[in-house]
Amino acid sequence: MPGSALSGLGQRPFGVYVHVPFCATRCGYCDFNTYTPGELGSSASPASWLDGLRAELDLAAAVLGSAPPADTVFVGGGTPSLLGADGLTSVLDAVRGAFGLAPGAEVTTESNPESTSPEFFAGIRAAGYTRVSLGMQSAAPHVLAVLDRVHTPGRPGAAAREARTAGFEHVNLDLIYGTPGETDDDLRASLAAVLEAGVDHVSAYSLIVEDGTALARRVRRGELPMTDDLVLADRYEIIDATLRAHGMHWYEVSNWASTVDARCRHNLGYWLGGDWWGAGPGAHSHVGGVRWWNVKHPAAYAKALAEGRSPAAARELLSPEDHALERVLLEIRLVDGLPVSALDPSALPEARAAVADGLLDAGALDAGRCVLTDRGRLLADAVVRRLT
Amino acid sequence: MSTFADTTFTAPEQIRNFCIIAHIDHGKSTLADRMLQITGVVQARDMRAQYLDRMDIERERGITIKAQNVRLPWTLDGAQHVLHMIDTPGHVDFTYEVSRALDACEGAILLVDAAQGIEAQTLANLYMALDRDLHIIPVLNKIDLPAADPEKYAAEIAHILGGEPEDVLRVSAKTGMGVSELLDEVVRQVPPPVGVADAPARAMIFDSVYDTYRGVVTYIRVVDGKITPRERIRMMSTGAVHELLEVGIISPEPKPSQGLGVGEVGYLITGVKDVRQSRVGDTVTSERKGATEALSGYREPQPMVYSGLYPVDGSDYPDLREALDKLQLNDAALTYEPETSAALGFGFRCGFLGLLHLEITRDRLEREFGLDLISTAPNVVYRVVLDDRGELTVTNPSDWPEGKVAEIFEPVTKCTIIAPSEYIGTIMELCQGKRGQLGGMDYLSEDRVELRYTMPLGEIIFDFFDSLKSRTRGYASLDYEESGEQASDLVKVDILLQGEPVDAFSAIVHKDAAYGYGTRMATRLRELIPRQQFEVPIQAAIGSRIIARETIRAMRKDVLAKCYGGDITRKRKLLEKQKEGKKRMKMVGRVEVPQEAFVAALSTDEPTGKDKKK
Ligand SMILES: Nc1nc2c(ncn2[C@@H]2O[C@H](COP(=O)(O)OP(=O)(O)OP(=O)(O)O)[C@@H](O)[C@H]2O)c(=O)[nH]1
Ligand SMILES: C[S@@+](CC[C@H](N)C(=O)[O-])C[C@H]1O[C@@H](n2cnc3c(N)ncnc32)[C@H](O)[C@@H]1O
Ligand code: SF4
Ligand SMILES: [Mg+2]
Repeated sequence: MPGSALSGLGQRPFGVYVHVPFCATRCGYCDFNTYTPGELGSSASPASWLDGLRAELDLAAAVLGSAPPADTVFVGGGTPSLLGADGLTSVLDAVRGAFGLAPGAEVTTESNPESTSPEFFAGIRAAGYTRVSLGMQSAAPHVLAVLDRVHTPGRPGAAAREARTAGFEHVNLDLIYGTPGETDDDLRASLAAVLEAGVDHVSAYSLIVEDGTALARRVRRGELPMTDDLVLADRYEIIDATLRAHGMHWYEVSNWASTVDARCRHNLGYWLGGDWWGAGPGAHSHVGGVRWWNVKHPAAYAKALAEGRSPAAARELLSPEDHALERVLLEIRLVDGLPVSALDPSALPEARAAVADGLLDAGALDAGRCVLTDRGRLLADAVVRRLT
Repeated sequence: MSTFADTTFTAPEQIRNFCIIAHIDHGKSTLADRMLQITGVVQARDMRAQYLDRMDIERERGITIKAQNVRLPWTLDGAQHVLHMIDTPGHVDFTYEVSRALDACEGAILLVDAAQGIEAQTLANLYMALDRDLHIIPVLNKIDLPAADPEKYAAEIAHILGGEPEDVLRVSAKTGMGVSELLDEVVRQVPPPVGVADAPARAMIFDSVYDTYRGVVTYIRVVDGKITPRERIRMMSTGAVHELLEVGIISPEPKPSQGLGVGEVGYLITGVKDVRQSRVGDTVTSERKGATEALSGYREPQPMVYSGLYPVDGSDYPDLREALDKLQLNDAALTYEPETSAALGFGFRCGFLGLLHLEITRDRLEREFGLDLISTAPNVVYRVVLDDRGELTVTNPSDWPEGKVAEIFEPVTKCTIIAPSEYIGTIMELCQGKRGQLGGMDYLSEDRVELRYTMPLGEIIFDFFDSLKSRTRGYASLDYEESGEQASDLVKVDILLQGEPVDAFSAIVHKDAAYGYGTRMATRLRELIPRQQFEVPIQAAIGSRIIARETIRAMRKDVLAKCYGGDITRKRKLLEKQKEGKKRMKMVGRVEVPQEAFVAALSTDEPTGKDKKK
């Protein structure tokens, strides 16, 4: 780690991400770094993973020197809820032990609806978790079937209510829209279920067909039709209008929250160039312009740490150009947009042209910020290409 | 390995010159392999399949493009003979290679696949050989195949050639069965060459090839007199005199020799760097006491099909020019001249012998010279007579005159289709749709027919062969040759994007086919051109009359919406890739058209792999 990277540490928000690479079954669309028991065999287990995690967090604390306490912790996956409340308690204890938690820290865990219960939520709440993110995806049974989801349509809403009962103020539901076979009405029904659950945060992602997934094979064989972009645009507009009508506002292209406090601070750290240590197999980290990522396989990960080696697979030092590009790419997606000063001056005419094309907000640009219009949000990548 | 055949000036009576001709894939090159082996000029350990297919592209595609000659020793009844064997290509585009090979021979092995029977190029090549009065030895090949039906096809051959089915030899080029008997028959049946040994030297150039290391290598067959390395030679068409650096034979690699006598086939190296100075069809004589009358030459191959070749990256234009210059050294049939397209920039209008020739040339340019190319829709040559009786030759739709046209002539072909008789109806229907006129029909055997049509070349080069193959489940074969021209009702169809004509997509078609072409292109382009941030109308037009219209709807979603967590690197890489993709777009007005759209729209196959529908 170059000294320069560490120099500003603690002045920016500092986060810890923990990657849990286990799932009970593999959803056909998913290309995340996660493994089923069948895929792992005896090469790795939650126990060897937890040993590795503890070792990595200790290593992190040593590398970072006087590491600041974590402002945010995010346990993601994979399926963190598979670890159970006890497992997640051990995880958070390990983070606390290595870095400590800043006062008012946001501590989130992802959970799959089917592996949660009132006891589970009570347990993690007691351990110090403050936020839960549930993978709902849809309320339509046939959509859940195409996505290979194993929970019942009603379970995510019920889990969200259980979490709130257990004292979680901040609960998120993830939706996927544009799944083959989904109709506008299916999506409306999913949104109704989300609203009924009374959560304060929603993430909605259009289904991406990732290379190498079972979904991609089915699409290629013609078993499933791809959803047209124009339909996806309609669906996005349905989501945005419905949530807005119920007091939830977008703060990032795919994220809505009912209040500023309900926004996910950990993710904002990613988008605003914060520092974070990502621990666990395949986890990505960023500290002061250096990005690195760990080996992906849990067995390789556990082995490296058992032998006292760093689990990092590769790293990159962001050049000023990379850095500038990333800023535009990430910040433009936020509701407050990007300061014009972050653009290369030669991109200013393009910014004005994007206003003329209805993609950037005119008033905001006059006030020195590039902020996407409603139409611009759906064309954000095109805007980024024009501005970089 | 050295053999008695390495010594030249063999008495003509001991020489036999023959070529192997056949339909594509009937096994000519494989038969040549067995001959190389049986005569001992190639050792088993040096053997590889289709030994004489020396070019990479030939080996990859498994077809012969260039004819190749080899000198072989063969002893029959104790008498030593020298055989000059020429392996020829089977594809219709390379017919002129066959015709040149035939001119260097007295006999031809007509090879027929015993599982397929006579096919269209079998007949075409046979008729060329008969035109030259060559002695024909009919041979059935691949008799090792379980599907072989030698009885049936021997009868077919006898029916065409006259003679008895029993006279048709049977071989397996794969196993070697029957090949040495075939060589015996070559010695017995093919007449020896005749020429005057003490006359002034006359040798026919039947091929001329540029070699990076040795310069131009010229292949000749000596008719009269002799050529020796000590003498200077004169090209009779130009009078140019050259030093002889080397005279030799091919067996199967080049071997320098003391010279070549009557009836012998071999090569010369003079140090010239340009094949045009050593032209195919020219007569070589000695500088001193040379001949006064040249041998009758060849007709130069005329390009039949034209297409524009453009570098995807405009800055590769000079490289493309250089690459074409190099290729042309070995390919007299390839012609090219610079042209500009509003849509594609700077490129070349190239003339080819046919679609395979086009495809192969493009392929070689891309692979051997590392170029990325777009080729425009192929077209034929039109003769346009204007109202003022002025005349225009059009090889590019962009040069099509607006108005004031009195008459338009297009090239026509005589084509031969051979297929199982169950497909007669289908074939007739197809040919009719392509403006074909039935000239006649013959049964080759009970269930196989030969159909003869007169058809515009422009229809054949469009997608005729593909349609023919797919409608006959691959059983039909096609051969065609130029056969003059005819007046036709032709129009130019333009394709417009947002009102701007895209010259690369313009085509000259029969007026009845204009609507079909227009709608097909418009639909294809709608599929191939990605949505833009605004709506893009696509129109097909004849002059100012719109005949078809499609619309690419405006793009509304262009944003990655998935939680990649902290993997920002991946997001950045995706964006960089998108930006790279944009760079490869050609701008037509404000519309960004991906290179692939040009390539796919201009290819004859239906576009595939599109996941976008409107
Ligand atoms: N079974 C069998 N296959 C053969 C025989 N002779 C040739 N083949 C196969 O037929 C295919 C075509 O053989 P080639 O020798 O390349 O045919 P060609 O006539 O030279 O083809 P072109 O030069 O492209 O016209 C190859 O796959 C050969 O292996 C044979 O006697 N028996
Ligand atoms: C890190 S993932 C895993 C969370 C958890 N295991 C689950 O599936 O509920 C977080 C979210 O990403 C979204 N996601 C995963 N794969 C996706 C894809 N191919 N396209 C769109 N969204 C996807 C899903 O909404 C998922 O809930
Ligand atoms: S449960 Fe979540 S992480 Fe696991 S496979 Fe499914 S989507 Fe991927
Ligand atoms: Mg061959």
